[in-house]
Amino acid sequence: MFTKEEPIRLLQEKAPQTMSGAEMTLRALLAESVDTVFGYPGGAIIPIYDALFDFKEQLNHVLVRHEQGGIHAAQGYARASGKAGVVFATSGPGATNLVTGLADALIDSTPLVCITGQVFAHLLGTDAFQETDIINITTPVTKWNYQVTEASQLPEALAKAFYIARSGRPGPVLIDITKNAQQQKFGFSEYTPCTHIRSYRPAPIVRPEYVARAAALINQAKRPFVLWGQGIILGAAEQEFLAFIEKSGIPAAWAILGAGALPTGHPLNVGMLGMHGNYGPNMLTNECDVLIAIGMRFDDRVTGRLDKYARQAQVIHLDIDPTEIDKNVATTVPVWGDCKETLPLLTELIEAKNHPAWRQRFEQFQTEEVAAVIQDELFPTSDELTMGEVIQQLNELTLGEAIVVTDVGQHQMVACRYAKFNHSRSNITSGGLGTMGFALPAAIGARFGRPDRTVVAIIGDGGIQMTIQELGTIMQTGVDVKIIILNNQFLGMVRQWQELFNDRRYSFVNIASPDYVTVASGYSISGKRVLERRELKSSLQEILNHAGSFLLEVMVTKENNIFPMVPQGCSVSEIRLR
Amino acid sequence: MTFDNREKIKIMSEQPIDSQEYNITAYTENQIGLLNRIAIIFSRRKINIESLNTSPSEIDGIHRFNIVIHETEDVVRKIAKQIEKQVEVLKVNYNTNQEVIWQEMALYKVPTDIIAEKASVERLLREYGARAVVIRRDYTVFETTGHREETDNLIEVLQPYGLIEFVRSARIAIIKHSDGFNRKLREFERTEPGSEVIENEFLNSRDKVFTM
Ligand SMILES: Cc1ncc(C[n+]2csc(CCOP(=O)(O)OP(=O)(O)O)c2C)c(N)n1
Ligand SMILES: [Mg+2]
Repeated sequence: MFTKEEPIRLLQEKAPQTMSGAEMTLRALLAESVDTVFGYPGGAIIPIYDALFDFKEQLNHVLVRHEQGGIHAAQGYARASGKAGVVFATSGPGATNLVTGLADALIDSTPLVCITGQVFAHLLGTDAFQETDIINITTPVTKWNYQVTEASQLPEALAKAFYIARSGRPGPVLIDITKNAQQQKFGFSEYTPCTHIRSYRPAPIVRPEYVARAAALINQAKRPFVLWGQGIILGAAEQEFLAFIEKSGIPAAWAILGAGALPTGHPLNVGMLGMHGNYGPNMLTNECDVLIAIGMRFDDRVTGRLDKYARQAQVIHLDIDPTEIDKNVATTVPVWGDCKETLPLLTELIEAKNHPAWRQRFEQFQTEEVAAVIQDELFPTSDELTMGEVIQQLNELTLGEAIVVTDVGQHQMVACRYAKFNHSRSNITSGGLGTMGFALPAAIGARFGRPDRTVVAIIGDGGIQMTIQELGTIMQTGVDVKIIILNNQFLGMVRQWQELFNDRRYSFVNIASPDYVTVASGYSISGKRVLERRELKSSLQEILNHAGSFLLEVMVTKENNIFPMVPQGCSVSEIRLR
Repeated sequence: MTFDNREKIKIMSEQPIDSQEYNITAYTENQIGLLNRIAIIFSRRKINIESLNTSPSEIDGIHRFNIVIHETEDVVRKIAKQIEKQVEVLKVNYNTNQEVIWQEMALYKVPTDIIAEKASVERLLREYGARAVVIRRDYTVFETTGHREETDNLIEVLQPYGLIEFVRSARIAIIKHSDGFNRKLREFERTEPGSEVIENEFLNSRDKVFTM
């Protein structure tokens, strides 16, 4: 955005160049350091694609097979790399195909800039061919959106889009550009990134007196407990968080989008929160005296029944988004601000402690959980394969170094519970929206975002069939993604609920699968099917060693349930082990 | 194994409700689409907007919304924060009716001959604090300003005399504790002048501009 004093000078410095809106759009992306775009062309965005023809060297455009695949790929890219994901789609159906991804990115705070073509400005409102009111359709699922009807508005609109998407609590932004604005030539001199919008405050002002009150509460706590979420990752505050945890000696548990911000193997990482989280963290939420929530939003999947959630505890909540504080859980001490800023202030004021007896409580619960659930899941003695042992074997081979992208369902919960993460930005899953079909395209995007890392997608037999067309994207781009289908021949998570809560009335959860290995081979992707335990490890080794993508289908036991479980409507301390 | 949630659902729906009218005041940019962005914050929760007024504030380029809803304070507080979170919203306040001075305006159109004959215009003006905006041979338009009950009263009086048309404005409200509002807005606009709203220039140039 042109700042108030700057524009005149900037305009004078460089003589304006006559350029089309389409070309300017691509120059803006380059100025924003965008290297990859996921997209799909169509009539209303042809001018941008035409300009792209001349930018093939600078911008890597990934042609997806469906716009939903495109936006999930951009999400995977953003989540893995920390950069904003960029999507191109045409008007009408192209644009509406983005809606699920926008909703997913909004609820999971993922920075995206989506650029949609739109019909000519003079046709707006006439039900023109492929006209949809995408601005109004996407208003509830974007952090901000804007329609550009004239080329000269583009530089400012795009600069604002990137600034809003990335700053504060990140989120998806959509810029709808009418075809005339793409074609129109205008005098463009230099792109100025936006650094300020007068009505927008990305992060609240840090109030040191609240940090001090939080520190005082922590210092007198006997049984303090930390819950962290994706805020640590979004704020790039992993080091600051580690310093805080190690000095405070407080056991810490994660909401699933926070996984990996503290390595899985860290002694103070006590595990996962929520409906299918670990036993100790759920039970002890209702025993701690001070609950310290950092960059998380107390989703109902984490809290269970709210009126029985941590009632005994004083709650400290650190968050960049003021609407999250006191939204679901009443706070004793709010700490507004970016945790990258607030955590060091807090660490400074707290006393170094260890809390051995309190930490032992977590260990006791863990021992119980291992005996009741984990042992059989990871090291089963029955003939059939479990999902857990696949993840366990994978851990032994990747040693926690891989990016694990998961779809939605039982396999997601198993993967999140048991996968080892040494690094931040390694667990990519659709948390808030629970979007089946997310994993395959998100894994493709993750690999484009981090080509230096191994990307493993863990997908159910239901979810893979929602975006299986993206195998075509893999075929055409040659991107290297390791796909593991955990086939239980059911929409397993729904079947589990029907078993537990609907008297085993299995209503339309029995889903047939194609021969995935044949499907993969149709796309020139290597594939293999594992039926028995003795083939498992070597097959996993094979896919990891393989140069290029590989699809591995593992037949797992059909009617396994994910435990522990906090049944819906129950308190976290009513969590069941079986 | 089955878990029974029915009892819990029952308990949760039996919570006391202490809702009342709240006046939400928002200062915003003048941007196309912002009205919708704000309106969906209410519709998403299935909250009825009792009254909504949006118009320019005393500062060029800054708009002021006055929104009235009937809700609990807890809900209103969260909604106010959600509105303020929108990129183009500057500031949001919420107040009970006791904390504001509010008015609605109403216009009544009645046949002049019946009014002149049956009810003395003067008496109406006096008793209901009405003002005659237009008096024509065929009809007269009255205006009143006040609280809902006051404007409602005059409808009842005029109904038998052949009320032709009635319209009521949204509520506008002044906050009792608003020291510094104007000064801060002026200061804000002075240090960071806003930009103008950009509309679609092409809607009327169909034939001239493009063919494709
Ligand atoms: C798009 C979408 N539709 C429906 C659902 C509801 N849903 C959640 S989990 C699930 C079953 C997933 O089955 P599968 O992919 O086979 O995974 P599994 O649970 O068997 O591991 C369904 C249908 C969803 N989350 N997303
Ligand atoms: Mg399944």
